[in-house]
Amino acid sequence: MTVTPDADKKAAVQNFAQGLDIEGRSLWVDVRARFLRNRAAVTSLIMLAIIGVLVIVGPMLSPHEFDAINWGYMTGAPNWENSHWFGTDTLGRDLFVRTLMGGRISFMVGIMGALVAVLIGTLYGTTSGYVGGRLDSFMMRILEILQSFPFMFLVILMVTLFGRSIMLIFIAIGAVSWLDMARIVRGQTISLKGREFIEAARVSGTRPFAIIKRHIIPNVLGIVVVYASLLVPGMILFESFLSFLGLGVQEPMTSWGALVNEGAQSMEVAVWQLAFPAAFLVITLFCFNYVGDGLRDALDPKDR
Amino acid sequence: MVQYGENQNMLKFIIKRLAVAVPTLLVLITISFFLMQAAPGSPFTGEQNLPPEILKNIEAKYNLDKPLWQQYLYYLRDLSKGDLGPSFKYRDYTVNDLLEQSFPVSLKIGAVAFIVTVVLGISIGTFAALKQNTFLDYFVMALAMAGIVLPSFVIAPLLVLVFSIMLQWLPAGGWNGGRWEFMVLPVAAMAIMYMASIARIQRGSMIEVLNSDYIRTARAKGLPWRVIIMRHALRPSLLPVISYLGPAFVGIITGSVVVETVFGLPGIGQHFVNGALNRDYSLVLGLTIIIGALTILFNAVVDILYAVIDPTICYQ
Repeated sequence: MTVTPDADKKAAVQNFAQGLDIEGRSLWVDVRARFLRNRAAVTSLIMLAIIGVLVIVGPMLSPHEFDAINWGYMTGAPNWENSHWFGTDTLGRDLFVRTLMGGRISFMVGIMGALVAVLIGTLYGTTSGYVGGRLDSFMMRILEILQSFPFMFLVILMVTLFGRSIMLIFIAIGAVSWLDMARIVRGQTISLKGREFIEAARVSGTRPFAIIKRHIIPNVLGIVVVYASLLVPGMILFESFLSFLGLGVQEPMTSWGALVNEGAQSMEVAVWQLAFPAAFLVITLFCFNYVGDGLRDALDPKDR
Repeated sequence: MVQYGENQNMLKFIIKRLAVAVPTLLVLITISFFLMQAAPGSPFTGEQNLPPEILKNIEAKYNLDKPLWQQYLYYLRDLSKGDLGPSFKYRDYTVNDLLEQSFPVSLKIGAVAFIVTVVLGISIGTFAALKQNTFLDYFVMALAMAGIVLPSFVIAPLLVLVFSIMLQWLPAGGWNGGRWEFMVLPVAAMAIMYMASIARIQRGSMIEVLNSDYIRTARAKGLPWRVIIMRHALRPSLLPVISYLGPAFVGIITGSVVVETVFGLPGIGQHFVNGALNRDYSLVLGLTIIIGALTILFNAVVDILYAVIDPTICYQ
């Protein structure tokens, strides 16, 4: 017995299917939807945006310069009338502007560090993972050796030798940040390598570098983004740590670590000098961590 | 017979692991040494220019007039005898003298902080896993999150502010030969951050282990919880924590620099910072190598410990 659906039933099914308005949902649409559902992550992202805007335009709103000394208002408490909104430091410099200027350094270092990590880590990891064999084990050995260094101390050694400068911090951060990234990307690459579409590309004669560029890198991008967002707070901490010890940015420029250090020395008499920079630093770190966690959950919902 | 084979594999693994540690250390020493050579200026270019003859004598004394490779070999030779050379800033001291005074302080405080971190971190994590999704669990985990975003250089001043200045319970700094009340705040400042991380890791892995079949079997045959946790669940749940011990160790050593600065402790951290500010090459180089050697050794020990708990690792 053959089933021959009559014409109007067929038409009805087709109409229904058209009415459904099925759209192809790409991975990124899914990710965005899942991320937006995560309230903590979205709040953190908004907070970060606010801090980011504040850091960029904030110093222009204040009538004070970050290195101008107000001789009549040293270690002054927060005050609306003379527009020292966060008070002044022990030298009479406006803390609102200084905190935000420090924020510029912190954000710059964080984002630069993450970029360097993404660039070097992705290249190193994909190459090592895709080529495999001897080269892979050699490259991984190098990574292992680098990873067991106490890097902070090597950086301090470099500061000792070459003097203090912001450039050195960038180099140092670039040197440390990519190690874990490379390892993670390598693992992903190896699991991708055996998949059919890579084999198909290889069989059709695509060069290894082109395969890495066109097929591997786009597929590891998700995990790279997640890891980069989790790296940013690490980089900010790294810079703040150095600046706290007086080995990072130099006066009159400042950063959150340097401000926390100055604040800690005068917290008995002027608690706001510690409170504002520390609060900015902690809130920023907190938000970056939540955004990173949210991204991870959004990109990899089974890994919870 | 099987036992014998396993032991042999373990031995092979340990030897292999230690064999990696040696070249690592050598690379560290070499990088550090040549970084030092690449630095602009010599440690003796000070405010006043020394007469050339005196400069020459000084350079001869410290072997700075020899070719580079010879200096390197000299340094390696001295190093193998445990001699880290003279300090360039504290003229009457060798680096070894400075280390002898300061290392015990750092070792004591670091060891206490590390033990506190690991023991409390594991206990808190296990506890939170057992009371999963109760108020206690959330409270502990919120605390752990706070611990993760509060770096040592924020926690240390805050602890001083609360416990020394406001409450006046504990001294704000100093060492006094390592009396306990002088150690509480520094240890807390070093331990909190990594304790929080370990607690989070331990909670996650403990939950996973508790959901596994063999734990269900153990419960089904009527074992009390205490026995299940201690004899069956704890050991496998420790693996992720153990692989985190290496980074935690490095972090605590690094944090000790901040903590020693904030509390004014006479440990190697202070020498490190002052050495860097004074550009005391040999002191910082010596300290880097010591800390590097410790780290590398510790990482090797952690890997071996991991293999002892999870012997399958030897076969990879």
